[in-house]
Amino acid sequence: MSLLDAFRITLRAIFANRLRSALTSLGIVIGVSSVIVLIAVGQGTQQGVTDRIRGLGTGLIFIESSAAATTAQTGGGAGLAESTLVQGDADAIEANAIPGVAGVASRVAIDAQVVAGANNVGATVISTSSEYGEVRDLGMLTGSFITPLHDQEGWMVAVLGTRVAETLYPGEDPVGREVRLSFGGGRLTLPFSVVGVLEEQGGASEANDQAFVPLTGLASRIRFLYTPTGDLRVSQIDVQAQSGADEARVKEDITELLLFRHETTQPDFVIQSQDDLISAATEVSNTLSILLGSIAGISLLVGGIGVFNIMLVSVSERTREVGIRRAVGATTRDIVKQFVTEALTLTLFGGLAGMAIGVGVSLAVDGREIGGQVMTMLIQPWSILAAFGVATAVGLASGIYPAYRAATIDPIAALRT
Amino acid sequence: MIVLRDIGRVYQTGGAAVHALEGVSLDVDRGEFVAVMGPSGSGKTTLMNILGLLDRPSAGRYLLGGSDVARLPDDTLARLRGRAFGFVFQSYNLLPRMTALEQVELPLIYQGTADRRRRAAEALVRVGLHDRLGHQPTELSGGEQQRVAIARSLVVDPLVLLADEPTGALDTATEADLMRLFSELVENHGLTVVVVTHEPSVARYAGRIVKMRDGRIIEDSRRLREWETHAPGEVGR
Repeated sequence: MSLLDAFRITLRAIFANRLRSALTSLGIVIGVSSVIVLIAVGQGTQQGVTDRIRGLGTGLIFIESSAAATTAQTGGGAGLAESTLVQGDADAIEANAIPGVAGVASRVAIDAQVVAGANNVGATVISTSSEYGEVRDLGMLTGSFITPLHDQEGWMVAVLGTRVAETLYPGEDPVGREVRLSFGGGRLTLPFSVVGVLEEQGGASEANDQAFVPLTGLASRIRFLYTPTGDLRVSQIDVQAQSGADEARVKEDITELLLFRHETTQPDFVIQSQDDLISAATEVSNTLSILLGSIAGISLLVGGIGVFNIMLVSVSERTREVGIRRAVGATTRDIVKQFVTEALTLTLFGGLAGMAIGVGVSLAVDGREIGGQVMTMLIQPWSILAAFGVATAVGLASGIYPAYRAATIDPIAALRT
Repeated sequence: MIVLRDIGRVYQTGGAAVHALEGVSLDVDRGEFVAVMGPSGSGKTTLMNILGLLDRPSAGRYLLGGSDVARLPDDTLARLRGRAFGFVFQSYNLLPRMTALEQVELPLIYQGTADRRRRAAEALVRVGLHDRLGHQPTELSGGEQQRVAIARSLVVDPLVLLADEPTGALDTATEADLMRLFSELVENHGLTVVVVTHEPSVARYAGRIVKMRDGRIIEDSRRLREWETHAPGEVGR
């Protein structure tokens, strides 16, 4: 029997039981499409996180106090009081002329209400210096970032993130207007004049929801920012390495310097380069991808069991047909070929449809906001191939045993039924 | 052409051995029309299954055209069965939802023959169904379905046509029609036919009657066939 004949017989059998065939394939459709979609979610998440970390700037090294690391990273100022990092550390990194350092910017992050007239919005206020704009690679929509003059004179000026500006001054240019920053639930309110608005930052950058003020100006008005010895506490120090510099070497030098300044051998701070953050994030999202892929893989397996089951039912229903075919000269191999072709066709139909749906859903969801989260979908060609390959293998596996059962049917008994 | 020598067939059912055939020896020559008769359980269907290579004897030798076929491997047997034998069953055994033409093409699919459609159509014309090519079993009468089954067995130009109670489900008039078709195929096309039946009305068309009882042949007689006792012109189609 030629393959074409086997395929004709298969199509006839599939179309004779349209609904059943469709439902059987549906298991494979769901399995294959969910493998593709879920792996696209996992890989897209990884891509999104990586982009976000890269979007912070280039060649950045972040230094945070160990005690404050967890809260400071989320932008909150809660850990500030325990921070072991001080402005003196940042100055020392700059003053010691560590090779490969292009810029240093320290920052203090405090949550505050930003008020302008009747409008107000919660934002993280980043108290920093003029260098922060360059280190973080922040572009301006209007006005300017904090300037060295603002730093020197301790001026009460503010630069607003896009969303903060839009909420406070919808449809207006806030440059030159006044905003009030309310700290500690209203215990301290200070006026600032707006000097600039940031460009919208890519991805889900935090900078859109932040306001930036010169640390010098704020520090002179908020006493609790100081240590008992009169040094200014900071949440985080950002160091920018020169392009082409050995970041690992820079990290080592800074670590040595800070250990010396803190008079300890055990670091009381965490120092991470962008690459460190990216590899940590990649590790997390790889775990996520594996988890999602496994769940999808299970649904593919369940779909395969469905095909297996239906093939067994189909064989026992068609005992008589097998007997007739055997009587007119079909060999056991012909019978095996017929049923394996049928199982394969069911799974290949399902696999192709699942591929189309998986890719379609991934494309449709990509860039949309779901539950406040913008979905990034990254369709991986290997996931399509893997899903399709597994579906084919499942088809073969679930066709062979029922086909073997069919081939060993005794034609005499089959014809007597 | 067919030589059976001391054929035995034993079934194991539970612990007991059932002897369906014992010491059966039978020769069938080309162009013979043989009726195998006997009560239920006499072994006539087992004999037909062994003749048609659907079953293997437990003992004895089966020579088909001079070569021993009793010990051939399964798939060789299947190919040989498809080429050398045509089967007609009491229950027609047509496949559902297939047209008459497709039913008759079926054996040719497994032989890999070219020109299937034309040969199938010719076989259907031979059994008088030239106007039923596109009909499915449900659209055909019992007699017509059995003719499709006969066409399906003829399409491979078999050495032997084996029929097991071919008219068991048909009325008398249709039975006579079909039996005349068998006779005509034997007379004019030199086909060899073995019919298993317990109807004397069927057996009387055969030129030779083999009677069985308890797995043994108890009588083997040649006689004039039905139409040879009638005047010319009265018989046939």
